[in-house]
Amino acid sequence: MGFLFALIAIGLTLIYGVMGVVNFAHGEFLMLAMYATYMAYATWHADPLVTLPFVAAGMFLFGVMVYKLLVRRVLSGSMYSQIFATFGLMVFMQAAAQFVMGADYFAVRDSWLSGVLTLGGLTLPVPQLASVAGASLSTALLYWFVFRTGTGRSLRAAAQDRQAAATLGIDVDRMYALAWGIGSACVGVAGSLLANFYPVFPRVGVLFVLLAYVAVALGGFGSIHGALLAGVCIGILQVIAGFFFDSQFKYVPVYLLYLLVVLLYPRGLAGRA
Amino acid sequence: MSSGARSRRVPAFAPLIALGLAVFALAVLPLALGARPFELRLFTVIFLYATLGHAWNILGGYAGQTSLGHGVLFGLGAYCSTILLAKTGLSPWLGMLAGAALATVVGVLLGFVGFRLRGHYFVIATLVVAESVYLLFSGWDWVGAALGLQIPLAEEGLASFQFHRNKAGYYYIAFALLAVTTLLVWWLERSKIGMVLRAIRDDEDAVRSLGFSPLRYKLTAMALSAAICGAGGVFYAQYVLFIDPPSVLALSLSVLIALIPILGGTGTLVGPIIGAAVLIPISEYSRIYFSGSGRSVDLLIYGFLIMLMAVYRPDGLASLLRGMPSLFRSIGAAARRHRQRSV
Repeated sequence: MGFLFALIAIGLTLIYGVMGVVNFAHGEFLMLAMYATYMAYATWHADPLVTLPFVAAGMFLFGVMVYKLLVRRVLSGSMYSQIFATFGLMVFMQAAAQFVMGADYFAVRDSWLSGVLTLGGLTLPVPQLASVAGASLSTALLYWFVFRTGTGRSLRAAAQDRQAAATLGIDVDRMYALAWGIGSACVGVAGSLLANFYPVFPRVGVLFVLLAYVAVALGGFGSIHGALLAGVCIGILQVIAGFFFDSQFKYVPVYLLYLLVVLLYPRGLAGRA
Repeated sequence: MSSGARSRRVPAFAPLIALGLAVFALAVLPLALGARPFELRLFTVIFLYATLGHAWNILGGYAGQTSLGHGVLFGLGAYCSTILLAKTGLSPWLGMLAGAALATVVGVLLGFVGFRLRGHYFVIATLVVAESVYLLFSGWDWVGAALGLQIPLAEEGLASFQFHRNKAGYYYIAFALLAVTTLLVWWLERSKIGMVLRAIRDDEDAVRSLGFSPLRYKLTAMALSAAICGAGGVFYAQYVLFIDPPSVLALSLSVLIALIPILGGTGTLVGPIIGAAVLIPISEYSRIYFSGSGRSVDLLIYGFLIMLMAVYRPDGLASLLRGMPSLFRSIGAAARRHRQRSV
């Protein structure tokens, strides 16, 4: 789970890091990806693993579309208008999901990745293992793209100084759209992996995204390393807390951890000054 | 300059007369609405949310500290008076004081911790606290856990803060709450505190370098904001007579409290009132017309409208009002031109 939180958080932090906008509809992007995965499974019996690349590509386009239609129009506005543009999108997408699919829970059953793997004395559920592998792989890919390629460099340039980047001939608008696309593709991958072992319903995004915000803030807004570190920490802490507390309380220690960390480091673990 | 020109044409007391008329109209409204409980309820809820919007606006609009956790202060007020009433039989009016006091203490504690953070870090901190309190209350048997609490029924009347047959009593109490809060904010806007708060919003470091303590002023704003929210929560508990975590502590409530002044215009006196007067009817009417299907069309419309507002009115609806005089002037000028041409 921690790695999925990390992947969701990285998508969020990428968008924030590049343009300073917090996407409050991020959890609903996750929900959309999960529904897409489920629908492919229900209609064509396509395994989530097969649909994953298509979902990721579809979410990329969706992210770019959201940027072009909505976010670009509020970029020059205040933090409030940005918060509420994406908040409105969140309400809208949740309601749309309920409108189309109803409030029922849907789950993908007997996918390729079901079952458990026994390793020595340890029993490990395969879907969760695959999620760790898939999330790590996508994170590694993202790292490579952002830090090792020319386009990634332009992306970081646009993040650091919009005007200077524009002066150097970088199409900032395109970079922003790219950030939204990649950030959304990250949740697309996370959604497909999650659909293997978690049911989908209209409000599924809320829980995951709240933890993703915490991961983003804990790691320091805009820091990919930070989000990865914090996402994994949260995943581990949540599992440990699950042993000691009722399952409904298991997120409280995570929230307390956030408060504690930002008190000591007001800009997160790896935040930029 | 333009305002000087305007004040010469319009007598200075004109806004006062308009305000007086509006207050009078709202005061006699329940007599006209006697047989229409839905509209009475609508207005009561608008007053309540405008009050909460004011509370948020003191901290978020004037002092620039965006909180998405105000639902907690509201919920604590509601729980405080309800538990006091159920366990000790304390009058809800004293419960209102207690609820406001508890919310203030919690708010100031939160501020003490949270005001070291800036921007999104503060926003997430308030969000996290709100969600934690929600989870804790959902599992805490002493406060009714997820089942919630029923407010013990009493003889109706002003003393018991309960009205069963004619809900106009609630209407007037909510109206009074809104009026008192509006006056408070009106005074605050003109006071030194309000000035310093706005300066903190614009440049906190500059305020500190002038020798003011930003923390003290932010805590003052938080205390006022929390007390109003707590009192509002008590009103809600007495009005609905049932509270549970989803109705008084939910994250969506915290967001709604913030959304109202943002929609109306942050840092303005009329913002929360306009915001509530627009948003609450939209949500109530879309609920009664569309929610029967269980398909949440109401939320579909609500979400879409919020997006539209964010895109086309990023400064809030109050900015429309400010544009009004020039709009009227241009309409008048156009009409004059038209008349001259036709003559």
